[in-house]
Amino acid sequence: MAEYIFRIFRYDPEKDEGTKGRVQEYKIEVEKGWTVLDALNYIKWHVDGSLSYRRACRHGICGSCGMTINGKNTIACEQQVADLGTQVITVEPLRGFRVIKDLIVDMEPFYDKLYAIKPYLITYTPPPTDKERLQSPEDRKLLDGKYECILCACCTSSCPTYWADKEFLGPNALMKAARFVLDSRDEGWEERVNAIDDKHGVWRCHTIFNCVEACPKELNATRAIVELRRLMLKGRL
Amino acid sequence: MGKFEGYRGTFRCVDNRWLGTDEAKELHEVEGVELHNVHEHDAVIVGAGLAGMYAALEIKKAGFDVAVLTKVFPTRSHSGAAQGGIAAALANLEEDHIEWHFYDTVKGSDFLGDQDAIELMVREAPLVIFEYEHMGVPFSRTPEGKIMQRYFGGHVKDFGRGKPVLRACMAADRTGHVLLHTLWEQCVKYGVRFYSEYFALSLIIEGDVCLGVVAWDLINGGIHVFHAKATCFATGGYGRAFKITTNSHANTADGVAMVLEAGLPLEDMEFVQFHPTGIAKQGILISEAARGEGGYLINDKGERFMEKYAPDKMELAPRDIISRSIWTEFVEGRGIGGERCVHLDLRHLGAEKIKERLPQIRELAMKFAGVDPIDEPIPIQPTGHYSMGGIPTDINCRVLADGKSKWLRGMWAAGECACVSVHGANRLGTNSLLDASVHGKRAGKDIVEYLSVVECFEPLPMDCAKRAVDKVNWVLNADGPERPSELREILQDNMYELCGVFRNEEDLTKMYDIIKDLQKRYQNIHIEDKSKVFNTHLMEALELGHLLEVAEVIVAGALNRTECRGAHWRTDCPGRDDENWLKHTLAWKTEEGIKFDYKPVVITRFVPEVRKY
Repeated sequence: MAEYIFRIFRYDPEKDEGTKGRVQEYKIEVEKGWTVLDALNYIKWHVDGSLSYRRACRHGICGSCGMTINGKNTIACEQQVADLGTQVITVEPLRGFRVIKDLIVDMEPFYDKLYAIKPYLITYTPPPTDKERLQSPEDRKLLDGKYECILCACCTSSCPTYWADKEFLGPNALMKAARFVLDSRDEGWEERVNAIDDKHGVWRCHTIFNCVEACPKELNATRAIVELRRLMLKGRL
Repeated sequence: MGKFEGYRGTFRCVDNRWLGTDEAKELHEVEGVELHNVHEHDAVIVGAGLAGMYAALEIKKAGFDVAVLTKVFPTRSHSGAAQGGIAAALANLEEDHIEWHFYDTVKGSDFLGDQDAIELMVREAPLVIFEYEHMGVPFSRTPEGKIMQRYFGGHVKDFGRGKPVLRACMAADRTGHVLLHTLWEQCVKYGVRFYSEYFALSLIIEGDVCLGVVAWDLINGGIHVFHAKATCFATGGYGRAFKITTNSHANTADGVAMVLEAGLPLEDMEFVQFHPTGIAKQGILISEAARGEGGYLINDKGERFMEKYAPDKMELAPRDIISRSIWTEFVEGRGIGGERCVHLDLRHLGAEKIKERLPQIRELAMKFAGVDPIDEPIPIQPTGHYSMGGIPTDINCRVLADGKSKWLRGMWAAGECACVSVHGANRLGTNSLLDASVHGKRAGKDIVEYLSVVECFEPLPMDCAKRAVDKVNWVLNADGPERPSELREILQDNMYELCGVFRNEEDLTKMYDIIKDLQKRYQNIHIEDKSKVFNTHLMEALELGHLLEVAEVIVAGALNRTECRGAHWRTDCPGRDDENWLKHTLAWKTEEGIKFDYKPVVITRFVPEVRKY
């Protein structure tokens, strides 16, 4: 057990409208092995039931609890409190999105970017009946480091380019695009390329690498964007 | 197509031609609900896991208007947490047969599964897997480029006589994640309408017909009515009744509780699966794939103790048997350091295999147990995982109003919330993703046939939202002394201890009394957030209400069934008792407590025999 102070961003639209929100401090005893989500749950269940945040699986696969902890984006359920190295811990909602309440942000603009790149396999060749399509292990390997994305939005929310240009597709949607473009089964290049090959698409990325640092699944969206650019240049030549 | 003929004539037909008329106004007027919050869709699905989205996709592809209500954004659903695989006898790497899968599932269910339903499921399994592949699921591949398969507990060759068989279709150890995301992607492609972060609160049933569902809009606050010709529940399980669980915070029995509240029966609720390998003290799932790839279970004395309990199948025995074996090691003092924990040892698999085939397991062990399984064993303990029981349905996923044969017209259920029953007393690993997919699809298809015949909506009763409105208002205004979270912790702690891997009359009676007491105390709760916008405290209080209702049925069922079968193990009633208990439990909530009835198990091919591994 060790004592920590959590400084948590609070915003209640029914009380704080028109303000920039406030910070509330909670001093709690944290048990060994607790994650930041465990600490938030403790506060909600034992100290202040009005504290609002999203959570579901609590083991890093559902992507619900993306937030900014000590200035860094991550999912709260995977962040060990002890690993943060500070006694005072700040918890804020993801940047770049409208705050709905406390740590809950409006994710719709994030999802809209995904819809824009047609986030599904596009094929014209009919698949074999009652059989799988074949894909070599080498071709399948090209999807590693992309298909694992949990849509937590930590990457896009950390991107300074996205902060400045809200029409920028952002690292998440572009990595998702790469996941399909690089899939040997996909035939949707023509349909997808217009959205990606755009001033708000791959060319807007300034390779700042914040997204790579922010990703709790250790995926490399910047590399995916660079791969897409290379494919586009190849296509133009 | 003929099977729904005759239904149309019984409806008072009100359709779009009436728009703008007094009839239409009457149709949409609901007490306590704003007019623009009354929605009309051909079909409404509650839940956006594999079952819900598969059903929605079938309906949408057939050209009907379908809406999916979900408490969390679709890709946050708990199907995504499944790791190891989805079963289908594809025989991609070695000989396998649908009949073997059929037998294994029957035996795994301790002969309580209905064999007509199981046969249908295993026959449709390969088709569903191929369809998933065509949708774009990034399965792992064999050297020839086919879908990769791995070993899993209870899946063996030659009608139980042979060695384990490679049957679990896999995408590394993220199989649920890729299936869930791919289904969502397809729903996006076909334009399925999602109502994300809507919390369903009550069913609308008028006479013997289901007319839809009433829900709370979590983001903005407010009651919404979803009026539908077809309603399908795909609301998942209720692992959150237990302290140690693999389940998401969202798995709180909402769907089954709504069914119970509507006066309908639930089936086989006493059968709850405890997964043998949850991370110690936390319950987070470490997939059976870890044992499928060759992992060992080791006690404090360094013994591979499964050789005492399942000498033939060892760590690949079914989950109920392994969980009991581990618990026996605890009770007899061979837990690691005397604690409730044994080791799952993967070190001999080598770094390469662990990184390639079990990357998520490694990540989870490192992040939540602080060990790298390449260098150290993972501390594990049995964890509440899956509910075999649920809403009774027939093989077309139609909800049975009497639990036996009478369809509650207009209502379907699929996935973990439903009980077809394909899992009987114990589910085999990788059969849950299969069940959810096959039955989601089957429900969708049946709904399509229904909608092709039934053109009109039934009029909505004016007071159809009353129960939901009252419920929400009651919680928002409640100002008693009790904290919902404290009551929930008492429930969860005790359910794991008293209604867990091993059960007996004394413990269960004690648990029943605790639940009755908690239900009373629940009447005196308060919440600290009184606002409308994203009120998660309101949500948690409502969820607790659902858990308390459903836990009562689980415990009452466990008390009632005086035998050992599958995951239900009564230390005071040794042995399986086919003479008295080869039957499904049906349970209703009444003023006097839980009322029981039974129905026979469907046995088409495999006669019950002693279940040994």
